[in-house]
Amino acid sequence: MGRGRAKAERAAAEAAERLLEAGRLLRRAPTTPEGRAVFRADQKVNDQPYRERWAHDKVVRSTHGVNCTGSCSWQVYVKDGLIAWETQATDYPSTGPDRPDYEPRGCPRGASFSWYTYSPTRVRYPHARGALVEMFREAKRRHEGDPVAAWADITGDPDKRRRYQSARGRGGLVRIGWDEALEIAAAAHVHTLQEYGPDRIAGFSPIPAMSMASHAAGARFHALIGAPMLSFYDWYADLPIASPQVFGDQTDVPESGDWWDAAYLMLWGSNVPVTRTPDAHWMAEARYRGQKVVVVSPDYADATKFADEWLHPHPGTDGALAMAMGHVILRECFVERQVPYFQDYVRRFTDLPFLIALDERDDGTHAPGAFVTAEDLDLAPDAAAHTRRWMPVLHDEVTDAVVVPGGTMGDRWTKEGEGRWNLDLGEIEPALSLYGRPGTRTVQVTLPRFDEQGATVRRAVPVRRVGGRLVTTVFDLMLTQYGVARPELPGQWPTSYEDASTPCTPAWQEAITSVSAGAVVRAAREFARTAEQTRGRCMIVMGAGTNHWFHSDTIYRSFLSLLLLTGCQGVNGGGWAHYVGQEKVRPYAGWQQMATASDWARPSRQMPGTPYWYLHTGQWRYEKFTADLLASPTGPGGLSGLHTADLVAHSARKGWMPSYPTFSANPLDLGRRVREAGADPARWIADERAAGRLGYACDDPDDPANWPRVLTVWRANLIGSSAKGNEFFLRHLLGASDNAAAEEAPPEARPRDVTWREEAPRGKLDLLLALDFRMTSTTLYADLVLPAATWYEKHDLSSTDMHPYVHAFSPAIVPPWQARTDFEIFHGLAAEVSRLAEGRLETAYDLVATALQHDTPGEAPPDEDTGPQFHLVERDYTAIGDKIAALGPLPETTGLQVKGITVRTEQESRWLAARCGTASRGAARGRPLLDTDVKMCEAILALSGTTNGRVAAEGFRQLAERCGPASDLEELAASVAERRIVFSDTQARPVQVGASFEWSGKEAPDRRYAPFTINTEHRKPWHTLTGRQHFYLDHAWIAEYGEQLPVYRPPLDQALLGEQPQPSGEGKSVTVRYLTPHSKWSIHSEYQENLLMQTLARGGPVIWISVADAESIGVADNDWIEAVNPNGVVVARAIVSHRMPTGTVFMYHVQERLVNVPKSEATGRRGGVHNALTRLLVKPTHLIGGHAQLSFAPNYYGPTGNQRDAVTVIRRRSQEVTY
Amino acid sequence: MRVMAQVAMVMNLDKCIGCHTCSVTCKQTWTNRSGTEYAWFNNVETRPGQGYPRAYEDQDRWKGGWALKHGRLVPRSGGRARRLARLFANPELPSLQDYYEPWTYDYENLISAPLGDDVPTAPPRSLIDGRPTSVTWGPNWDDDLGGGPEHLAADPVLKKMNADVRLEYEQAFMFYLPRICEHCLNPSCVAVCPSGALYKRIEDGIVLVDQDRCRGWRMCVTGCPYKKVYFNHSSGKAEKCTFCYPRIEAGEPTVCSETCVGRLRYLGVILYDADKVGDAAATPDEQDLYEAQLECFLDPDDPEVARAAEASGIPHDWITAARRSPVHALISRYRVALPLHPEYRTMPMVWYIPPLSPVVESLTATGHDGEDPAKLFAAIDSLRIPVEYLAGLFTAGDPGPVEASLCRLAAMRSHMRRVNLGEERDPAIAAAVGMDTESIEAMYRLLALAKYEERYVIPTSYAVSSGAETDGGCSLDHDGGPGMYGADTFHAPLVDVPAGGPSALPGGHEPEHAGTSLRGRVNLLGWNGRGRPAGLFPRRGEQTE
Repeated sequence: MGRGRAKAERAAAEAAERLLEAGRLLRRAPTTPEGRAVFRADQKVNDQPYRERWAHDKVVRSTHGVNCTGSCSWQVYVKDGLIAWETQATDYPSTGPDRPDYEPRGCPRGASFSWYTYSPTRVRYPHARGALVEMFREAKRRHEGDPVAAWADITGDPDKRRRYQSARGRGGLVRIGWDEALEIAAAAHVHTLQEYGPDRIAGFSPIPAMSMASHAAGARFHALIGAPMLSFYDWYADLPIASPQVFGDQTDVPESGDWWDAAYLMLWGSNVPVTRTPDAHWMAEARYRGQKVVVVSPDYADATKFADEWLHPHPGTDGALAMAMGHVILRECFVERQVPYFQDYVRRFTDLPFLIALDERDDGTHAPGAFVTAEDLDLAPDAAAHTRRWMPVLHDEVTDAVVVPGGTMGDRWTKEGEGRWNLDLGEIEPALSLYGRPGTRTVQVTLPRFDEQGATVRRAVPVRRVGGRLVTTVFDLMLTQYGVARPELPGQWPTSYEDASTPCTPAWQEAITSVSAGAVVRAAREFARTAEQTRGRCMIVMGAGTNHWFHSDTIYRSFLSLLLLTGCQGVNGGGWAHYVGQEKVRPYAGWQQMATASDWARPSRQMPGTPYWYLHTGQWRYEKFTADLLASPTGPGGLSGLHTADLVAHSARKGWMPSYPTFSANPLDLGRRVREAGADPARWIADERAAGRLGYACDDPDDPANWPRVLTVWRANLIGSSAKGNEFFLRHLLGASDNAAAEEAPPEARPRDVTWREEAPRGKLDLLLALDFRMTSTTLYADLVLPAATWYEKHDLSSTDMHPYVHAFSPAIVPPWQARTDFEIFHGLAAEVSRLAEGRLETAYDLVATALQHDTPGEAPPDEDTGPQFHLVERDYTAIGDKIAALGPLPETTGLQVKGITVRTEQESRWLAARCGTASRGAARGRPLLDTDVKMCEAILALSGTTNGRVAAEGFRQLAERCGPASDLEELAASVAERRIVFSDTQARPVQVGASFEWSGKEAPDRRYAPFTINTEHRKPWHTLTGRQHFYLDHAWIAEYGEQLPVYRPPLDQALLGEQPQPSGEGKSVTVRYLTPHSKWSIHSEYQENLLMQTLARGGPVIWISVADAESIGVADNDWIEAVNPNGVVVARAIVSHRMPTGTVFMYHVQERLVNVPKSEATGRRGGVHNALTRLLVKPTHLIGGHAQLSFAPNYYGPTGNQRDAVTVIRRRSQEVTY
Repeated sequence: MRVMAQVAMVMNLDKCIGCHTCSVTCKQTWTNRSGTEYAWFNNVETRPGQGYPRAYEDQDRWKGGWALKHGRLVPRSGGRARRLARLFANPELPSLQDYYEPWTYDYENLISAPLGDDVPTAPPRSLIDGRPTSVTWGPNWDDDLGGGPEHLAADPVLKKMNADVRLEYEQAFMFYLPRICEHCLNPSCVAVCPSGALYKRIEDGIVLVDQDRCRGWRMCVTGCPYKKVYFNHSSGKAEKCTFCYPRIEAGEPTVCSETCVGRLRYLGVILYDADKVGDAAATPDEQDLYEAQLECFLDPDDPEVARAAEASGIPHDWITAARRSPVHALISRYRVALPLHPEYRTMPMVWYIPPLSPVVESLTATGHDGEDPAKLFAAIDSLRIPVEYLAGLFTAGDPGPVEASLCRLAAMRSHMRRVNLGEERDPAIAAAVGMDTESIEAMYRLLALAKYEERYVIPTSYAVSSGAETDGGCSLDHDGGPGMYGADTFHAPLVDVPAGGPSALPGGHEPEHAGTSLRGRVNLLGWNGRGRPAGLFPRRGEQTE
């Protein structure tokens, strides 16, 4: 600035100042002394626009039905009949005066939801694939207006079928009317039922808790026609298999309010601020109560800013860190010193004292074998003979005798076990160890170490000979496994914490994880010291970062061991807190009745998703290794040479896992023939099988007779979101184009039992039907897209693990355009199926095969020669429409059956009849009506113990009979009996549920929910073999994989599996681990295309990459890159950040193709979703069934669809992109 | 003494999880309309980072706030003459590129794409001119340390630091900074408005733009050092955070506060002596500005203050609210909250409790017991987040008040850990940070339990006329007004697609299935409920195909 100008400005400023001064004298309005401000009340201002903007006509309570675990109550603002915006409700019942409250709950995703209501991606009308609808209309004309014949015509003609299948995912959707849409869908169902059978139809709709009625309406439709519902929790890899393995329970975790009670909190692979946004404050606030927070995360994650300490192991190596912590705790709290609280806890509540038989190996050493049982030793003479194999035994410290404690699986199902199924040890004092006891000697056991391929360690354990067997205790094996030496036990023991040569020392883990040994020792000591001081108030919040791995069960077991050893489980403020998936339907029993239509017919078909997709999307054909590759060097080799597909089929034939389609024949035909023969179904099937007339479908999944034909997806985005091996879904299931380059298994690596067909099928599904309110990858590939109501347009119920309330969805507006609620759509479809069934299906007998199910006597079969269980189920297909809309009689006559408890609900049926009215005609005449979503919500609440104290009390009394009077369960029953929640309560404000036999924890207005508190406080057994929490698993397949005890297994070595991606193309590339953690800007795929979220994010798919990796390939922030591996291609932009560790990239899931995805350079086609780079690998040990807690239950136990072990090549691509 | 009252805010950054819920609820409520697509009255920044708009804290460039010249406060953007000379060409105005060019997507393509050869996608389009665009900058580009070290190194606070901060994996640190208008006691935006359109409400201190008086000179945009006044490019008027006055007047918290799931926002009354503000803002040493502003605040428990307040016409309700004010407690009583950039001399009224960050690891790494309080206090300067960085935000670089605040938080944790573990209370812990057991537990109650009715203490009596009598009409409603209820909406482009389809736009890469999806779109978000917008319902006789 020139000097002259500065001078002029100064002069002007002074002049202005003087003017101001003068003005002050002239004005009457007061000013501040220095003339800085003038106070005026004499001027009109116009602030009306913002008042008008704020003005609204009504506020309606609803929530968001998305799998986020939030279950937040929201206020939806309506203005001129339109949804304008939303803010959180703040009226949750208080948790008490001395703790924070739940208000407000919500997150930025939820806050942006109203954008969808009127967004241009809203599905406003029914749409169908143009090619299909033209052919359908033409065929229907030719078949005199018969829609079923028309469907048969199109799908029976390979050319026509190919025409519309290959159009999937290529645009060309056309608008059609509702009548025609329902007619096409119903015709497809009726034709498939007739031609192939109900088990060729399937429904996929996950996470009932996120909108129970919407889920149940469709699941009920499927159950009534006999179609399987596919599981999701295990398929999503959100189900921690370690939970059923250790606890005999699906997942039961503390509400987030219980974090407050913890004195030590580890966030392990769980980025709480991002993935548990509404709950994160509990952690932030509990720190102010002196809680110590340790964050374990490979990146500097959002949670890390709350940490006292940040440990950053290499991705997937968390198990090594936990094993080393266990090493320290076992040494310092169990060997060098015995902490009384821990000693007492593990004796009463874990399997540590139980006896394990050691099996001799060829090399003269031993391997840990099975639990020693009453059958082995001829003990428990009063027990029913066939149950003694389910009664493990232990040594009594005092008498030194082997005894059968109460509370084992052997006491659970028999008349003799009544009153004995409890953890009351009476006079017994379980001996933890045989070490130093008279008559004890030592033998060497060989244990696998998976950190080195094929390696083992040999260490001695103290043993006794009992009943002809060499036995030791689980505790002694634990010390051996964890490398905790004791004098006079020879073997490969580490010499100190600094000894890195052998598992499981802190130094050993440092070489694997990069976390310093000192930090691990410190963390372990603090953890144990806090647990001792607070009697178990240490908690580990564990998340998908550690749970989505192929070997996550071993990772989790190493975590859980820390908690069990220190007495933290079943304690408020302690234990595991696994939050991956909103799996907790608090009103469980009622929802289950509705969703499985168990009020009309039993059993329903429930199928684990992972083996279903593994077989039906042809991914097994690309797996180039056999079971040997991942088996333990210590295993007997019983699975040698078998392909995973063989093991899937084996599991089905043994009745371990259900499998649909079951047989290579229509189960309606089989049922008719069984009925005509008047035979026992199981015997009849066995005869047919023996005669070679009947094959299992899973033995030849590519036979057209064994394909799934109709799939309905609602409340879900299967194709875009959870489809691991996405490109194989497109290729084999849908017959669409794809980007995969993987080669099929060479002849020597193919299955032994399962038939290999030279030509892989393309396009198994005849119909993909999708219900949604927005466009997703699933709707882009669907044949029929039905416009669904949003969460602000319907009645429903929501609940979660994270808080103890149930609350309502309510319509702020009626569904606009031609949208309908899921409830209405399925009722419409059921009516249309019934109409078209007339003269075609009418009453049929369906031969239903089910697995040996957990929490039923099937989990304790008398011997190992097992198979599926067969049932003949009568179905009147013309009555589906009547039955879906009314409550059937079975809950009164046979009772609700939940987790092994049966409760009869005559009173509730009467109440529902009075509340809802009864059907006046048809097949459901006289039954309580369930013809509206509100009535279904009433039924769910009325039939559940958590929301209806009478039901809870009756269940607790039933349980008390089994557990005996010392359990005090009668008292618990009395305390909850008067609680009752009806739907209008949940509309008024969130309502707290009560304790119920449906869950393992106690809760009350003044008590936070913590799992297994009923077990620890009422001596109720866990639903496991020993009735205790298990460190040890004793199945033969578990032994094959060397996982009897917690063990560290590293991430899969892709090179070893023949899956290593090869750098190709021009330019520099880098090979990196490819992780897909949960995103800040979406809930799975939901909100991913929402403009508000994209604006706050980077406006399209991105991959986070470290500074060094980016540099190595010349990538700058926001450059376009491509990630390629044999499974597919991802095109995205790079976010470069020093937050990321080198060697690992994040592609936050689920970034779809929907917005801003150009064509790839690698294939010339549109880049894929985050799952384009993954392929499904089934862990064989998850297929085990019929073995106590290792028994199937839907979404409770089954193989996981893990996807964390992927590796990809990344390179910078041309920055010119085309769409 | 001229007692005045203001409803002020404190945000506890130590609890902020960086979720941006506040930003979204605010945007949905107030600025999802044309002209304000790019405006976020509330935004959240990851620090270190450049923030929004890009590097707004660089006042050498943007000239916001006040400068002290010859002992007198003058707007940094210059004296009146300089400002007037630049009315029509103001180089100190952030461009749209500095905020970001808002975009949308060709969403309609997803459902209406004809049968083609590949999967339909929705490519990005500029929300300003509807053309194909590529996304190169956004309102939250730095989120979670995104952008790379070179980019983050352009953070103006980082640049000012003397110490070398390495933006590397092992040393990584970050925290979140939610920002709204500061509703300053000495607002430079008000001072520089040539039209007198900006005003600070006498009754509650909220700073607003009178939409009738605003002539769109944009001096306020330059004048505000926090860049929290936005120019509505549709109405041609300035708009800014209103502190949700329609809610505050009804005793309800602001939208950003009530929807804050970190439960970190506090609202309450501050009484201050308006006569002191000018001198305080002109305090010579920047590092004394924090204390100087504290000096302006009055103790509501002082009977003389109460008398003077009543004499000034402040309703009794406000005086009792001031006594219960969580904001007063956190700022003046516990002294844990600090002002944002006091060196701007605007006397901001949204204050912040600085964030703790991993400390124990650095302590224990040196062999100390991480839980020993004495050691902890000594180690506050070895927190992952450099204290100097926080001082650059809150105290014009003076580490003292920041350390004092962090030590009080750390002491509260140590004190309460003993309670939690069932050990005896140790009064020495509180004493070490100049507190006692009662006050440290009272502070714990406010920060940890943080009950709704204790976070928000908002009086509702309004004795002073706001002068807001309306004459029925509203200047904003007519065409060309700010478009509050206009037909265009947040996600609709502003321009019509030219004949010939979007591909006729220069430089446009077209998606395979672009179709004519941007045409004839109806968006009800901005519909006023009257009439039937074309395209909302199918035309009579329109057949389904």
